[in-house]
Amino acid sequence: MILPTISGSPHVHGEQSIQKIMFGVVIALVPAFFVSIYFFGFDALKLVVVSIAACLLFEYLIQKYLIKGVVTINDGSAVVTGLLLAFNVPSNLPVWIMIVGAFVAIGIAKMSYGGIGKNIFNPALVGRVFLLLSFPVQMTSWPVAKPLFAEKLTDAITGPTPLGILKEGLDEGRTISELTSELPTYVTELLGQHGGSLGEVSAIALLLGAFYLFYRRIISWHIPATYLGTVVVFSGILWLINPGIYINPLFHLVTGGMMLGVFFMATDMVSSPMSAKGMLVFGFGAGLITMLIRVWGAYPEGVSFAILIMNAFTPLINKGFKPKRFGEILKT
Amino acid sequence: MLKTFKLGGIHPEEIKLSSDQPIDVLPVPKKVFIPVSQNLGAPSKVLVKKGDIVKAGQLIAKGEAFISSNLHSSVSGTVMKVDKVIDTSGYKREAIVIDVDGDEWDNTIDRSEQIKRDCPLSAKEIIEKLKEMGIVGLGGATFPSHVKLMVPDGKKADLLIINGVECEPYLTSDHRVMMEKGEEIMIGTTILMKGLGVKKAIIGIENNKKDAITYLTDLADKFEGTKVQTLKVKYPQGGEKQLIKALTNREVPSGKLPIEVGCVVNNVGTALAVYEAVQKNKPLFERVVTVTGKSVNKPANFLVRVGTPISELIDQAGGLPQDTGKIISGGPMMGKALVSLDTPVVKGTSGILLMTDRESKRVVVQTCIRCGKCITVCPMGLEPYLLSNLIQHEELEDAEKEGIMDCMECGSCQYTCPSGRPLLDYIRVGKNRVGQMIRNRGKK
Amino acid sequence: MIFAVISLSAIGIVSAIILFFVAQKFKVIEDPKIDSVEGVLPGANCGGCGYPGCRNFAEEIVKAGNMDGFYCPVGGNDVMSKVAGILGLEADMAEPQVAVVRCNGTRTNAPKKVEYDGAATCFFAHNLYSGESGCPYGCLGLDDCVVACNFDAIYMDEETGLPVVIEDKCVACGACVEACPRDIIELRNVGKKSKRIYVCCINEEKGGVARKNCSVACIGCGKCVKVCPFDAITLENNLAYIDFEKCKLCRKCVPVCPTDAIHEINFPLRKVKEDSSEKEVDKVVV
Repeated sequence: MILPTISGSPHVHGEQSIQKIMFGVVIALVPAFFVSIYFFGFDALKLVVVSIAACLLFEYLIQKYLIKGVVTINDGSAVVTGLLLAFNVPSNLPVWIMIVGAFVAIGIAKMSYGGIGKNIFNPALVGRVFLLLSFPVQMTSWPVAKPLFAEKLTDAITGPTPLGILKEGLDEGRTISELTSELPTYVTELLGQHGGSLGEVSAIALLLGAFYLFYRRIISWHIPATYLGTVVVFSGILWLINPGIYINPLFHLVTGGMMLGVFFMATDMVSSPMSAKGMLVFGFGAGLITMLIRVWGAYPEGVSFAILIMNAFTPLINKGFKPKRFGEILKT
Repeated sequence: MLKTFKLGGIHPEEIKLSSDQPIDVLPVPKKVFIPVSQNLGAPSKVLVKKGDIVKAGQLIAKGEAFISSNLHSSVSGTVMKVDKVIDTSGYKREAIVIDVDGDEWDNTIDRSEQIKRDCPLSAKEIIEKLKEMGIVGLGGATFPSHVKLMVPDGKKADLLIINGVECEPYLTSDHRVMMEKGEEIMIGTTILMKGLGVKKAIIGIENNKKDAITYLTDLADKFEGTKVQTLKVKYPQGGEKQLIKALTNREVPSGKLPIEVGCVVNNVGTALAVYEAVQKNKPLFERVVTVTGKSVNKPANFLVRVGTPISELIDQAGGLPQDTGKIISGGPMMGKALVSLDTPVVKGTSGILLMTDRESKRVVVQTCIRCGKCITVCPMGLEPYLLSNLIQHEELEDAEKEGIMDCMECGSCQYTCPSGRPLLDYIRVGKNRVGQMIRNRGKK
Repeated sequence: MIFAVISLSAIGIVSAIILFFVAQKFKVIEDPKIDSVEGVLPGANCGGCGYPGCRNFAEEIVKAGNMDGFYCPVGGNDVMSKVAGILGLEADMAEPQVAVVRCNGTRTNAPKKVEYDGAATCFFAHNLYSGESGCPYGCLGLDDCVVACNFDAIYMDEETGLPVVIEDKCVACGACVEACPRDIIELRNVGKKSKRIYVCCINEEKGGVARKNCSVACIGCGKCVKVCPFDAITLENNLAYIDFEKCKLCRKCVPVCPTDAIHEINFPLRKVKEDSSEKEVDKVVV
């Protein structure tokens, strides 16, 4: 005889779960993963596998032996962190640095706050920024992307990212039109055949994944729309003022970590605001900071910093931007 | 684009298994247990004692407080005792136990099938009649109907809304009532309009009941001032405030009743009961109940006497399935899990849902990942994650500021939560505690 | 250079003067007794005295100037006599108390009829239904009292599903009494040599109904009332209650109870063999 269960309503549950969300993100990243293997070959595969394995291992060890609590490596969040972290490094990064990054991401940015759901900052981004500041040389030597079956080039060839070319060129006092010949064309930028971190190069593949996330309703439109909108408006205004030293908005959209950051990291549930209003503010802030760094900052790329800075504001945004309550407008 | 309410809402799987099953009259049981407290508000005062002979339709308990209603015997027979019987609340409460003998109805009740259209009564007489016949809202909240029609001083009603939404999954009793008692519902609607003193009535029906929409739209042409409005399928559209918003775009202010914006909402089942009470002189002692569930043999809609133990209904629907893990009175979103099969049907029972053992267990609770989905789906614009956290830390004052008392317990948040957190459980605790705090404040 | 030194010094001096006057103006004159009273209080801020914290208690007692209605259950008579000393008053000596769980509906005594699946809070379950065993008075076993206790003096026994009070740690602050939605926990006098006798049930249903759900429920038979030589036991609403002020610990009521609902604590084992096993169980429960 089965004992009847007693519980409060509702007695049914929707189909969402943490696992489904996390593995949904992983599936969405698969196209970009294939592109990175196509352009960077075995190195890309190696780094991704090492990063995911290291993240899972650190999470397991810390939960099992340090916190002595429930082990939650099955929920997929460590896989997502590992994947995103690997996507954010150049393909020739030494394996040991990758493992250090995974430790910082999981051990410091995630577990020291109490594990999934409690961290303030996006773990993958913390890992990446830590590596960028600690190993600036290794983290900024970008192997040139070469198609997998193209003729062999020597391994040692590295080149700057499009954003790097732009920043350096402008700092030397050259104008956009002089730099155009050195910059990759938009087609190659969309496909990803240029220097950059291994997962961020192909805007098309990342957009494909983003569509999947929208379709599965894992992310909402609020953060990506305001983020990209702010970038377009900001760079558009500058471009209209002086196209000689400010490049057009499209370039900003398809280069660097923009696509990866906007759709996969700014929308990270744990570290982004919860209400629709809050998300709009978050997207706006992140877009603004990204452009400030890209145009006037010391670094050529600002997506990671922008998202991390806005992560810090998230609790404040959650407090300040509450959803509109039903029946509130009439209450004076 | 179909009308609906804007803020929040979900779309759970509908699973209306019994929507094509005509209403079956359930045989009168051998014994009925009529709980004394069947309406929102004060319980009724028992008028009968052990050994009394009663007829179906006879007054057996009187509602004396302002928000309270009369109770009538649903069968003819002998009162065995007034005892404590387990009811939907999960506790033993006072109930009148009647041993059934034949099926003799009070002779004032008009049992003919003939439809009586004209109502000569005045508004005041209608309200009096509803009070006498013990009519309460049959949508689930069981608010006494005559109180609803009494518009408080300074307020004015201009619209009657008849709720045919039935947004709960599984349930089909309202749907069947609309299909089979359409004309009676329309007459009941006109009576309610008269009682309320309004010229307009809208019947809101969700788009998944197309046959009922067509049928009632044709009928509504014959009744002045009535109109059927199709609504997009969305839960919890059956909530009063959401329905008003969907139909009229008026927003009931927080903490106020629908009359604040000139609306009164009644269920279709209530409209039928009003018709029967006013035109046929029949007190509310039977209602349509859906018996359903994925492993139920014959999901069905029964016309049931109040006080019938639910085991009788389940037997008629093909018996209790082997794998039953949860017995629910009402729908899966807002229904109550029952402790025992002896629980009697009351005026507010809209359905009996039998869930399989696998369905009835909740998912494992994980940590909140701050995805904000509970905020997105909350139809009242609240932040369920925050409320449940505040309550767990006993921050009652803050919970009140965050609007915990606006929550109508629709369960959308808990349904959506990917971490399977018992958000509504804690919010209910909070509503209870905060309510207590507010009442104590009033005393000081 | 000199200009910098002078200007900074000037700012410092001006600020000091402002601070001095502000401090004068907003000086709060406080009775020094408050600090000394607070000093002798245990500082647990448990709220057992009825005030939000120890500081608040100290303020109120100094303001009141007498000891009526003020009692720190945590510190007990020791602390209260110290407080009385500071205030120059006479302390009322109160009998030390301890929390007692008045339900013995263990998993075997009151078997489950339904299964609860939801938030682990007694308060919610209490509003939802009568309980897994069907007893509407019995312990729900969902930790509200354990969470409420500031002194780790109460824990949930996994085997029985009932809370257990650790006598040595319990300070009788009453937090668990407040937390229990069913008023199962009561503060009773510790008694001579910690010996106590109490009815371990609060079910007010009729005997037969109560017995159906739980084999050790008080059925209100009244045998204990008759046997008590000190009129310490009263029977109301089918439930016996032992007044701990009147009880002289004679133990006559214990063996007459047909359902073993009366428990004796910290007594030496009886010589009668038959009930020794069960009484040992009782000891574990409290």
